[in-house]
Parts: sequence; C-alpha cells; structure tokens
Amino acid sequence: MLDYFLSFLILTGAIFTFIGSLGLVRLKDFYTRLHGPTKATTLGVGSLLIASVIFFSTRGTGVSLHELLITLFLFITAPVSAHMLAKAALHLNLDSLAKMPVEKAPEEKVKKVKKEVEEKTDEIQTDEKAAHVSSEEPAKESTPQNSNEKLADS
Amino acid sequence: MTRLLPHPILTPALAGVWLLMNSTIEPGHILLGLLLGWMIPILTIRFWPETVRIHKPWVLLRYISVLLFDIVMANFTVARLILGNPDRLKPAFARLPLDLTSDLAISLLANSITLTPGTLSAKLSEDRKFLIVHALNETDPEAMVATIKKRYERPLKEVFETC
Repeated sequence: MLDYFLSFLILTGAIFTFIGSLGLVRLKDFYTRLHGPTKATTLGVGSLLIASVIFFSTRGTGVSLHELLITLFLFITAPVSAHMLAKAALHLNLDSLAKMPVEKAPEEKVKKVKKEVEEKTDEIQTDEKAAHVSSEEPAKESTPQNSNEKLADS
Repeated sequence: MTRLLPHPILTPALAGVWLLMNSTIEPGHILLGLLLGWMIPILTIRFWPETVRIHKPWVLLRYISVLLFDIVMANFTVARLILGNPDRLKPAFARLPLDLTSDLAISLLANSITLTPGTLSAKLSEDRKFLIVHALNETDPEAMVATIKKRYERPLKEVFETC
C-alpha cells in the first residue's frame, strides 16, 4: 500500500517537473518562460521530497528530515533567482508580449539622470583630491546633453 | 542585550536548521546549534541592519498556511496554462504600490508573489514605492494588484510593522 502511495508521489513530482521544463519550450517570450521553472517545479520537487522523507523514515533507520531543508531553501532561492533574471531582462529591454511597464514620468527621469551625472562628477572629484577646480565645468556642461540623449533613446 | 543577542529570532531559527540538517535532537547538537545560532548573527551583523520583530505570530502562521495552499494551486494553474494554447495567453505587467517599508517584509512579499498563481515579481523601483509584477495570463491587472495587496501585503504589514 505504502509503495503505491510513494510511486504516486514520485510520478506526480516527475510530471510537474516535466511540465515546468516544457514551459520553457512552449511559452513565447522571456518573461512568461520564467513562470514555468519557478512554479510548476516547486510542487514537483516538493512531492519528490515528501516521498523521500516517507521512504527513508519507514526503513527503521530513524527519521530523515533533511528534505524539509531542501524545500525551505528551494522556496527561498527560486523566487530570488527569477527576480534577478526578470530584473536583468527589464534592464536590457528584452522583447515582451506584454506592454512594457512605465517606470517613471518623464520629468522625474530627467531629474534622475541629472542626479546620476552629478553623483558621478562628485565621485570623480573626490577621486582627484588635488582639487582641480577646472574639472567641474565640463561635467556641468554635459548634464543637459546626457539627459536629452537618454530621453531620445526612450 | 542587543549587542550580545542582536537577532533573537535568528538564533533559534539557525539552531533549528542545524538540528534538521543533522536529523537529531541530541543535547550536544542542540548546544552546538544554539552556539552557532548565537555566533553567526554576531559575525554577520553588517548584513542584518534591521532588527526583526514578529508582532502577531498567529497571523504569520495563518499567512504561511494560506501561502502553502496558494503554492499548490499555483502549480496546477501554471501547469494548465503551459499545456493549453500558449498563443491565447495574455501576459501583462502591473505596478504594485507598496505600503510595506521594511526590507524583510518587502522581500517576503516579492517571494510570495513569485510563488503564487501566475504572477512574478520583476523589479523593485529605486525609491521602494513600487513593485513591478509580471502576470502570465491576466486581463484585469488592477484587480490582481488589489488581490495581492489584500491577501499578502496586509498580513505581512500586521506581522512585521506595527499598524
């Protein structure tokens, strides 16, 4: 009886893991492809691990609970890696079937770019501690140019 | 007190992980686990600038059970979407305005969003006010955002931040 139950768990796990990887092939763009491996596999690996807990705990060699840790770490790491991949994809402006999200209003963007340029010039200035006052002027000139270029790109 | 024991919750958690890893409850291992749980937070204090406080443990437990149930449902939903016709999917991005402010609560919310039905947290805006969420098949992003806020964000706010 127990064997049938364990086989059922292992089969379910295998099927869900397979569907998760199938998603990589069937889905059309990068962002939707991320959904397959992060979700369908959690239940797949979960039921494989439950089967493992039951199998090793009923062999009389004591309770085996390492698998709970694997589940815990999987639940922590899978979303984090998916988040990093999605963030990188958004940063690179990868093609998407969905409308790309608008992050900020244009005015805010100009301010942000200006702030970045200023921060960079600050860094340069702190690097050159010899106090070159002349280095400040070209940096300030480049500020409006840069922000215009970035706006034109978007 | 705060210098000797900077993270009172992390210590028993690490000890518990140690015992699970060794699959034992021998007194020696409990002692070693508590020792590690005490030393690791002190040595890694730079990575944990915020002190974590759990205000309502029962809400947290209920949240975890809701989450586990949703994870199982999410697997079936996503499996069905993958096996169905992929051309009929309507993926969408949505902006989720955040009420949470603490690092741990935001990361827990982002993790929960990724683990639950058809949604994936994609990016946290630089001012930490918005989370960009990608939905696999969603015709009404507004309703989805409202559901996430009600189902996941509110309990997390109750647990980790005083209302």
